[in-house]
Amino acid sequence: MNAIEFDKVTLTYGGRRVLSDVSFSIPQGAFIGLLGANGAGKTTMLRAILGLIKPAGGAISVLGKPPTRGNAAIGYMPQARRALSDVGISGLDFVLSAVGGHRWGWPVPSSAEKEAAWKALQAIGATDLARRPLGELSGGERQRILIAQSLIGDPQLLLLDEPLISLDAAHQRAIIDLVHEIGERLGIAVLFCSHEINPLLRAVDRVLYLGNGKAAIGSVDEVISGPVLSKLYGTHINVVRVAGRIFVMADDVELESGAHVHDL
Amino acid sequence: MSTIFDYEFMRNAFYACTIVGIVSGAVGYFLVLRGQTFAGHALSHVGFPGATGAGLIGLSPFLGLTVFTIAAGIGIGLLGERAHRDVAIGIVLTLSLGLGLLFLHFYTAFASQATNVLFGNVLGISLRTVIVLAVLAVAILAALVLIARPLLFASLQPELAEARGVPITLVSTLFMVLVAVATSEAVQIVGVLLVFALMVAPAATALRLTSGVAAGVLASIALAVVIAWISLSLAFLTDWPTSFWITALGAAAYVISGMARRSASAPEARLAEGNP
Repeated sequence: MNAIEFDKVTLTYGGRRVLSDVSFSIPQGAFIGLLGANGAGKTTMLRAILGLIKPAGGAISVLGKPPTRGNAAIGYMPQARRALSDVGISGLDFVLSAVGGHRWGWPVPSSAEKEAAWKALQAIGATDLARRPLGELSGGERQRILIAQSLIGDPQLLLLDEPLISLDAAHQRAIIDLVHEIGERLGIAVLFCSHEINPLLRAVDRVLYLGNGKAAIGSVDEVISGPVLSKLYGTHINVVRVAGRIFVMADDVELESGAHVHDL
Repeated sequence: MSTIFDYEFMRNAFYACTIVGIVSGAVGYFLVLRGQTFAGHALSHVGFPGATGAGLIGLSPFLGLTVFTIAAGIGIGLLGERAHRDVAIGIVLTLSLGLGLLFLHFYTAFASQATNVLFGNVLGISLRTVIVLAVLAVAILAALVLIARPLLFASLQPELAEARGVPITLVSTLFMVLVAVATSEAVQIVGVLLVFALMVAPAATALRLTSGVAAGVLASIALAVVIAWISLSLAFLTDWPTSFWITALGAAAYVISGMARRSASAPEARLAEGNP
């Protein structure tokens, strides 16, 4: 069974066509880098897989079923939009808020809920962060807590939206290795969203590259090449490889998806 | 100090401050956690024409205030993200105060009470008002307990909560209604303009000092109640306005908690920088 299947899917966001007629499939257990510039439709695609938006055309299958909102089989880490540095909540309470957060009532966790939260924290080796307030954690530690939260409920598929954002190179590597290891240990597919290619190069099995409303899927070498990306964007694209790093250029302008200058 | 309670108006003031402190502390905690503190500020401003307009047509200002704040709360809750536009909010706030001023212009007999609505008059609260405050407080706290779980989830991780099937618009609208009623209660103590002092200062201080939800809510309630009690006592001793003391003590608590947290967490923060 494939973890995700897109069959001629068209997605719109705010009246704009973000993806048109996109087809691909992702096998269970694969570690996939979801790449593309900001605004290429990565988050919109994740929201469609989560069942939060309906495709304007085509069919999506998630773990063999149509997407439904509240699908407990999907672990999801949304893009951090808010600095959690001012939140006086411990790592454990933060993870716990997602356990049974859909039920009504005062949040007194049952022992089963506490167990689920500890299990998620153990899975990423972050039990030492459980008692500390989020505001005192470093960016990398906070990101690990967010990943732990996404593992609540034993997901069969993990969707991570920009987990590398605002991390330095060392912490980016640590997060990628952690997620890669979790995906392999649990045998589940991971869709790892990033607007930067280079940190992911070593780890991903395949990349799913979004641009100009279309998608290309395959190994890094298959997809991130001049001809494939030129066809995707409909304009001439150069892919330059320097010292194991990849730069994607349209004419003389480096596209944001390939840019990673501050990491050099 | 024992003479304070010899006066009925002081006893009523203490009852009212206790009730409103509990409500403001509890609701304020979630308000600060959600980063919606200015919604509380805005709601009370929108309540001002409600209070003066109700006075104009012979109704209770408290009723008019509550109806207007609830309507504004539902509006903010349904608008969601779109309500976070500072120019639009600023225009609505000034229009509200302007409308309130217009109603006062037509109903000059009420004008003497305008200061009470704007800055509060805890010493003028009747026992009947205390009973109304208590009944509303029980309703607010019961509703807060009912929605606390999804509210906490939706406050910390709105997109994840949405994906997990939490009805986030419903939850945030219900919460804004609670904020609206709590705001109307707080206005009785500190007035329309100073609601921040009771709703936000104790809660923000508590969030700095605690790391658990239950502990945070309890600390927030305790701070709000204690600040109100000390303020009443100081007002009795100094004859300065209670509202002034509440704003001063709230600000002091916030500043001191910031300094306390910085000195307590500085070594840990340095240590944490080395870890992924």
